Amino acid sequence: MVDVVQALDQEQYREGRPTFGPGDTVRVSVRVIEGGKERIQNFEGAVIRIRGERANRTFTVRRISHGVGVERNFFLHSPRIDKIEVLRSGRVRRARLYYLRGLSGKAARIKEKR
Amino acid sequence: MLNGILGQKIGMTQVFNPDGTSIPVTVVAAGPCVVTQIRTPERDGYQAVQLGFGETRKLNKPERGHLKDLPGLRHLREFPIDATEGLMVGQKIDVSIFAPGELIDVVGTSKGKGFAGGVKRHHFRGGPRTHGQSDRHRAPGSIGATTTPGRVLKGQRMAGRMGGRRVTVKNLRVVRAEPERNLLLIEGAVPGPRNGLLMIRKAH
Repeated sequence: MVDVVQALDQEQYREGRPTFGPGDTVRVSVRVIEGGKERIQNFEGAVIRIRGERANRTFTVRRISHGVGVERNFFLHSPRIDKIEVLRSGRVRRARLYYLRGLSGKAARIKEKR
Repeated sequence: MLNGILGQKIGMTQVFNPDGTSIPVTVVAAGPCVVTQIRTPERDGYQAVQLGFGETRKLNKPERGHLKDLPGLRHLREFPIDATEGLMVGQKIDVSIFAPGELIDVVGTSKGKGFAGGVKRHHFRGGPRTHGQSDRHRAPGSIGATTTPGRVLKGQRMAGRMGGRRVTVKNLRVVRAEPERNLLLIEGAVPGPRNGLLMIRKAH
């Protein structure tokens, strides 16, 4: 009977979500509604965490915006996300990149995976 | 029309709202139920409908006699009802009686917790963690006065058996009803373990 729950989860999955991991730089295209009109807003930054399973999977993107660190959480299969582009895959040695919060400038760079 | 149905709790997951927020839902395999008996004021002194749910082959003779030529039904429960017109024994009821957004009450048997202390059972605060306390961390504290009345009052909340009793959760919202798969998605949690029997009725 649990496979009913799994089937329900699978119905929520969005096609064309790329596979990416912590350390990767992504551009998330979010559909936002402003004044009755819908438009796409991009959020670009480093993935610092992926958690959850099945339809409940979420990831956190961190970027520096006007000198301030901004982190945003997204549901991987959220209907508000139009698309996710992987811009760069980074080489990191841990799953949760919280240490980036304490770093800035050159130190906060992530090495690119070759 | 009928205002309730029987079901089996399957588990919990989440579904997305169109606005991207996620709703926690309990998945219930509800129905199809069979009307097994109609209680009338003339014969029974009250008005209700008895519904049967779940297949079984193990029925004793009284049960078989009661169900007559209906299929073997594991659970029988009654729902009080205002009007029994248009209902027949043998009639099938499915989740199409519910619509998304509707408010419902869900009755189930809560998970048994065994012999539980006052902190877990009645949300007592327990004693101080520090300042020289020993063996007082989860103690109930005072349970009464002194010589007057000289006894512990009846109904004093203490440790004891917890859970495993009938629990009603009111005003839960139906997120989705799927008659094709006999599924009901209810926002939030519902009493009882997985595979537990649930009575689902419209809230009023």
